[in-house]
Amino acid sequence: MVEDFSSVHSGDVSSSQYKSEVRNLSFYYGSFSALKNINMMLHEKKVTALIGPSGCGKSTFLRCFNRMHDLYPGNRYIGEIILHPDNVNILSRSVDPIEVRMRISMVFQKPNPFPKSIYENVAYGLRVRGVRRRAILDEKVEDALRGAALWDEVKDRLHQLAYNLSGGQQQRLCIARALATDPEILLFDEPTSALDPIATASIEELIADLKDKVTILIVTHNMQQAARVSDYTAYMYLGEVIEFGVTDTIFIKPKNKQTEDYITGRFG
Amino acid sequence: MCEGLSRNCNISIILFRPFQWFYFKVQFPVTVRRSDNTSESSTLGYNYRRHLSERFIEALLFLMAFVSVAITLAIVVMLVTESLSFFEHVSLWEFLTDTQWTPLFDNAHYGILPLVSGTVVSSAVALLVAIPMGTITAIYLSEFAPFTVREVAKPFLELLGGVPTVVYGYFALLFVTPLLQKIFPELPGFSLLSAGLVMGIMIIPYVSSMAEDAMRAVPMHLREGSYAMGATRFQTAVRVVMPGAFSGIAAAYILGISRAVGETMVVAIAAGMQPNLTWNPMEPAATITAYIVQVSLGDLPHGSIGYQTIFAAGLTLLLITLVFNIIGHLLRKRFREVY
Amino acid sequence: MSDVRNLREIRAIIARHKLGDLIFLVTGLLVLMIAVLTFIALFSHMLIDGLPRLSWDFFTSFPSRRPGSAGILSAWVGTTLVMIVTAAAAVPLGVGAGIYLEEYASKNILTEIIEINVTNLAGVPSIIYGLLALSLFVHQLGFGQSILSAGLALALLILPIVIVATREAIRAIPVTIREGAYALGATKWQTVSDHLLPYSAAGILTGIIIGLARAIGETAPVITIGALTFIAFLPPSPFKEEFPYISFEWLMAPFTVMPIQMFNWVSRPEEAFQVNAAAAGLVLVIMTLTMNALAIYLRYRMRKNLKW
Repeated sequence: MVEDFSSVHSGDVSSSQYKSEVRNLSFYYGSFSALKNINMMLHEKKVTALIGPSGCGKSTFLRCFNRMHDLYPGNRYIGEIILHPDNVNILSRSVDPIEVRMRISMVFQKPNPFPKSIYENVAYGLRVRGVRRRAILDEKVEDALRGAALWDEVKDRLHQLAYNLSGGQQQRLCIARALATDPEILLFDEPTSALDPIATASIEELIADLKDKVTILIVTHNMQQAARVSDYTAYMYLGEVIEFGVTDTIFIKPKNKQTEDYITGRFG
Repeated sequence: MCEGLSRNCNISIILFRPFQWFYFKVQFPVTVRRSDNTSESSTLGYNYRRHLSERFIEALLFLMAFVSVAITLAIVVMLVTESLSFFEHVSLWEFLTDTQWTPLFDNAHYGILPLVSGTVVSSAVALLVAIPMGTITAIYLSEFAPFTVREVAKPFLELLGGVPTVVYGYFALLFVTPLLQKIFPELPGFSLLSAGLVMGIMIIPYVSSMAEDAMRAVPMHLREGSYAMGATRFQTAVRVVMPGAFSGIAAAYILGISRAVGETMVVAIAAGMQPNLTWNPMEPAATITAYIVQVSLGDLPHGSIGYQTIFAAGLTLLLITLVFNIIGHLLRKRFREVY
Repeated sequence: MSDVRNLREIRAIIARHKLGDLIFLVTGLLVLMIAVLTFIALFSHMLIDGLPRLSWDFFTSFPSRRPGSAGILSAWVGTTLVMIVTAAAAVPLGVGAGIYLEEYASKNILTEIIEINVTNLAGVPSIIYGLLALSLFVHQLGFGQSILSAGLALALLILPIVIVATREAIRAIPVTIREGAYALGATKWQTVSDHLLPYSAAGILTGIIIGLARAIGETAPVITIGALTFIAFLPPSPFKEEFPYISFEWLMAPFTVMPIQMFNWVSRPEEAFQVNAAAAGLVLVIMTLTMNALAIYLRYRMRKNLKW
């Protein structure tokens, strides 16, 4: 359906550096085609939101970025996701998914802290990378917890079990865990869907702060959230990106009738 | 840490140079160096060593899993080869039709029937106890028992299943047999009856826990449908839950059967070790397993015909249990597919 | 008028059905009581017969021709040493196989074969393992009628228990934990060793304890190997005065174990030996019941603490 590359892009999309470009990406679960020929880009140090009805492939698309689909048999990628500045296709067979995951972190839908201490949760990514020295770990853990706006709440109980935290705190812990390894891109898969409104607000605030440091791609089922936190928005439907552009343009003046219907709630 | 890592990389590259094709395949074509010291991992050597060790671990774990297949093969090969040398001396026809089993006598007879009859009778007595009682226990625990009773009864049954079989044998010989002799004064000191009864009690936990699991797997909405029609608990249990869990319950019975057939110590202690072609549970008789124990207690030279008889007996036993295990496996498979 | 009669009939039917419920409730409790009573009878019979025999001397004496001075020293030492071999073989093998089947194995015919095998092995009578060990370990590998042969035979016997427990414990860990670890760049083995194994340790331990409790009570396979029933000496000590301080000579030593000692005494005609059997049985039952109770308690604690 999307033959013309520029037709899906509305507003000014070429004003900043790209962190990543998606070129003709299709994805199959076995023989089921979950993503169809997606073309878009992630702008460096900006927040890009993926919106669309459930089952449209938002999460599937997000999980291509850190090759989570490699964990399960029968999944197949076609096309490219180019990571800048190295200009590498991270979907290439010659690229180790573990390397990809070391540079692109992910925060999941439901908070999934490990049943370890708060400290060990944040330090885990570093330990996997072979960091052993206590001083470096301490410093990085503190930085990450500060970055996730959690430090003040947990600094006196770093060695308690992470499950003792509230849901919102657990999700911020997961963000800290992802931040501790200085990722280049941070993926959020509906990070607030399991949280109450107050915790949601604090996570959204955090995302706004984080974009100075890291490129962010967020899947959300909540359009207000997309409007609040993102700089760019992609509307997806049935595995395709219908429209991609500056968030304000998408929400105020969408080019595509389908996008408009979804955004104004006339969808379906 | 930085130096340590790069030194490791060098060493690994030197060590694994013969595998360079592999190193090529997995390398990450990124050469960017980042300022912080946590992201050195995109260094090639580390990556390469990691993949090799991952492969090595997977291979090792596979071998461990494969041990189970190796055991099965070893069991089959061992029983068949040792039995083959037995069947060089004894014809299969004699083995299956002779009514006497006296391999250690001068006038040796090699008919497996007396041992099979002992096994069948003791198992039958055991199952007459275990299947009804196990089923009732399972229905009671799954459908009737209040939460607290179940929480106490289940671990208790599990403990009952954990008592060593030699202890049950002691119990059968020195408690149950004297008790039965008060009712049946003509009962001999060794009997299939008392061994079978105790074996039955012993098997109850196996049957009940598996049957209960099957019944609890029946979805709640089926029960609710039945209750909504005005059925009582008992009616629901018998007409809805039990048919729904049929194959699981049947698999539990099969497990009980193969337990009874393979049980050794209870029969060796309480049913005597004399081969005796009988279908009367009030008599003493040896089972296949008891015969193997009896021979093992003596000192038969390796390779003698007496030594080979226990493998032939073992093969018979394995074939009997195998049939039941296969039926049980098929039933379990069906049971998994019901919902 | 007919409505009233109808209602009365329905009430009669309901009353009858409720009676059916009540009857079954009583039957169920009764059957449960029979199981409980059997256990109490078994335990108290042994307690009454055996308790007077339980003394320090009973644990520190070798078996003897005179029932009054016979003890279980060689039996409990043998059981301990055999269990060490069993655990050393069955735990790594069983846990490794469980991890492989749960985390690594892809769905193919080989995996299916392994899985069917594990289920089948659990249904093979224990005495068959004894025959396998007699042929393979004792004769072909030349381990003889030793602690090593017995330990390995029992290890094979409890392998399916350890494998199944490991698989179930690992399967209970939600997929989000695995994905969380992978998303941070962990390799498969790092995910297994840093997360799955530690979080499933209690469940695996439960399986190991249940397996070992079963192995302690197993008699038939050990008899088949040809364990001696009368042993009046101890295997060589595993510790030495001089370097390297540890010796493995005991692996090849002849031995006896608790259930065989008990079996031996049960099958003697003299009543005094049967008292010894009761005492040995008491020790054996207390050992296995303690282990099983520990496993049940661990599982109970685990269920309470599970908060995924």
